[in-house]
Amino acid sequence: MEKKMTEETSAQTDALAPIMTARGVDVFYGKKQAIKNVSLDIPENQITALIGPSGCGKSTFLRCFNRMNDTIESCRVTGDIQFAGQDIYAPKVDVVALRSRIGMVFQKANPFPKSIFDNVAYGPRIHGLSESKDHLAEIVVTSLRRAGLYDEVSDRLDEPGTSLSGGQQQRLCIARAIAVDPQIILMDEPCSALDPIATAIIENLMESMKEKYTIVIVTHSMQQAARVSQRTAFFHLGELVESGSTEAIFTNPEQERTQNYISGRIG
Amino acid sequence: MPDYLLTTSPQMAKRHARHSRFQWYGRIAIAISISFMLLMFTAIFVRGTGAFQKTMIAVDVDFAETMIDPKGTRVEMDLKQGNYKPLILAGLQEIIPGVTERKERNALYKLVSGGAVFDLGERVAANPGMIGTTQRVWIAASSEVDLYVKGKVDVESEEAVRRLKDQDIDWVKLLQENGRVKRKFNQVFFTKGDSRSPEMAGILSAALGSFFSLLVCFLIAFPLGILTAVYLEEYAKKSRMTNLIEVNINNLAAVPSIVFGLLGLAVFLNFFNLPRSTPLVGGMVLALMTLPTIIIASRSILRSIPQSTRDAAMGLGASKTQTTFHHVVPLAMPGMLTGTILGMARALGETAPLLMIGMVAFIVDVPKGVTDVATSLPVQIFLWADSPEKGFVELTSAAIMVLLIFLIFMNLFAVYLRRRLERRR
Ligand SMILES: Nc1ncnc2c1ncn2[C@@H]1O[C@H](COP(=O)(O)OP(=O)(O)OP(=O)(O)O)[C@@H](O)[C@H]1O
Ligand SMILES: [Mg+2]
Repeated sequence: MEKKMTEETSAQTDALAPIMTARGVDVFYGKKQAIKNVSLDIPENQITALIGPSGCGKSTFLRCFNRMNDTIESCRVTGDIQFAGQDIYAPKVDVVALRSRIGMVFQKANPFPKSIFDNVAYGPRIHGLSESKDHLAEIVVTSLRRAGLYDEVSDRLDEPGTSLSGGQQQRLCIARAIAVDPQIILMDEPCSALDPIATAIIENLMESMKEKYTIVIVTHSMQQAARVSQRTAFFHLGELVESGSTEAIFTNPEQERTQNYISGRIG
Repeated sequence: MPDYLLTTSPQMAKRHARHSRFQWYGRIAIAISISFMLLMFTAIFVRGTGAFQKTMIAVDVDFAETMIDPKGTRVEMDLKQGNYKPLILAGLQEIIPGVTERKERNALYKLVSGGAVFDLGERVAANPGMIGTTQRVWIAASSEVDLYVKGKVDVESEEAVRRLKDQDIDWVKLLQENGRVKRKFNQVFFTKGDSRSPEMAGILSAALGSFFSLLVCFLIAFPLGILTAVYLEEYAKKSRMTNLIEVNINNLAAVPSIVFGLLGLAVFLNFFNLPRSTPLVGGMVLALMTLPTIIIASRSILRSIPQSTRDAAMGLGASKTQTTFHHVVPLAMPGMLTGTILGMARALGETAPLLMIGMVAFIVDVPKGVTDVATSLPVQIFLWADSPEKGFVELTSAAIMVLLIFLIFMNLFAVYLRRRLERRR
């Protein structure tokens, strides 16, 4: 009885040690503020969904976690974001190392115009993760297996990654992200360009990846958020309106705006 | 079927008419440009092909020691400078009897090329055993005889306006009857430098001059251009400074080429004292001229590489430099090469800047490196086109053909490189 109690509370209050925490994060594009004072915890080995209407800043916020916003000249991030207790915006943090711990999958599948093998092998190569050619091949095969793509491409690893179908390309990108063995994988609308079958494959994949990785996913589909995530955060106009367990957000939201969005009244 | 679905309905008919009218405009435009091109190529071809053949005259020459090497030293320099003119003349007089007067003798000797004595000197120097024997040698005919044999002299015209007089023509006919005139492949054109007489002039010096200049131009402009473009496009933060640089590069691309020649004269020759008239300086000037083109072309190619490619690499933890050199530059390379080769093709045809740095000199020797004096193909064409002798007309067209072939090879090379690089992806 008591054990059950603690489990429930932990689900609600993030007592489970978060692997990433954001506190008071503001993001500006030039003078325009895209994220306003957002604080959020990302619990380990769970799937956190970021939802909200278009242009509310989900992608912007997600890109703070691996400092991809650094690549945009006009973008400025303030506030405190910690990964495993370390401030990732501290001057001595190396973004290259950070991004090898926190991988990313983009909305539009973007395989390199190289062979399937080289796509997956690129990360391990630049980070020096493989001791030998055989080891590298092993990493590639394991990553493709984990991404559920291996059986489909095992006989044509030397064909260009761009020759795959859209869904396969997206799984190739997931395999590529997995290959550097990150702790967190950020996904920005990974299924938005895919048909329901390819989407289902990727959703199943995320479910199985959860044991090993922490996943943060941006999605436009409320059903998807409800299906795959344990935690949900709802953004509106750059603010974090509400966050909590997915079940709570979808069945019993505290805020009216959340309620309106979920029922389809803001979009 | 309702009317409006038919091609004959008034609306549709109008649209179709417009469609086909436009197609016809396009076809006519293409036909006009192609016919201009054909006209140009045939004109050049018709005029130029003659230059690839030259007329030779067979003369029995008595290689008398007294005339060639009176001291009997057999020193190469002396053999080359032996007195061959009387020997050749004597050979000619044998075939054409009755030429004794001084004036007539001079006219007779003019049937052969002025360079024939040097040619014989070289043959004897290479093979001194010839001295003391009589041999039948094929000697280059003079340019006038060459033109006559090729049918390019109007024999009907008045004698006074012709350089080849009636008597000369009779002599040539006599030689032809004796089977002592033949046409052979004009090796000289491909193996020698410039000369005052058309039949001894060759393109090799100019071609090598162009080649060395372009080599220097490529070695300087390609790396500099690409690195500048990559830095400006991938690394530099937008600032007033980069804006200024950008505007200046665009302006430089529009500067007339002769200005670069003046710059080369002032900086490379007068200030740095680099050797005048050399492909080294020519190439440096051409590099300055091509650099803006390469930078602009490369930057627009780099800009067209999708951001998603950079994101993909950065998201995996590749550094800026790894992203740039593993992904962006390889993708942009075919386009950057094309831009470079287009720029170099323009440089190949440039005359003005080369005139300024003295690559316009009369160059007989074939350059062996970038610091030997040389001229270039377009300058050579300009020089020959400007010469009064009729024989240079064919040479001019032939040199244009060589220049065009150069260009075609450069473009083919660009296509080949692009294919190869694209296949490697
Ligand atoms: N590179 C940029 N430069 C300037 N403003 C930007 C940039 N990227 C995004 N923004 C602005 O920031 C705000 C948030 O954009 P963001 O892409 O994070 O929205 P989003 O929630 O991901 O939307 P969507 O669901 O349509 O992807 C938008 O108002 C957008 O105009
Ligand atoms: Mg987005």
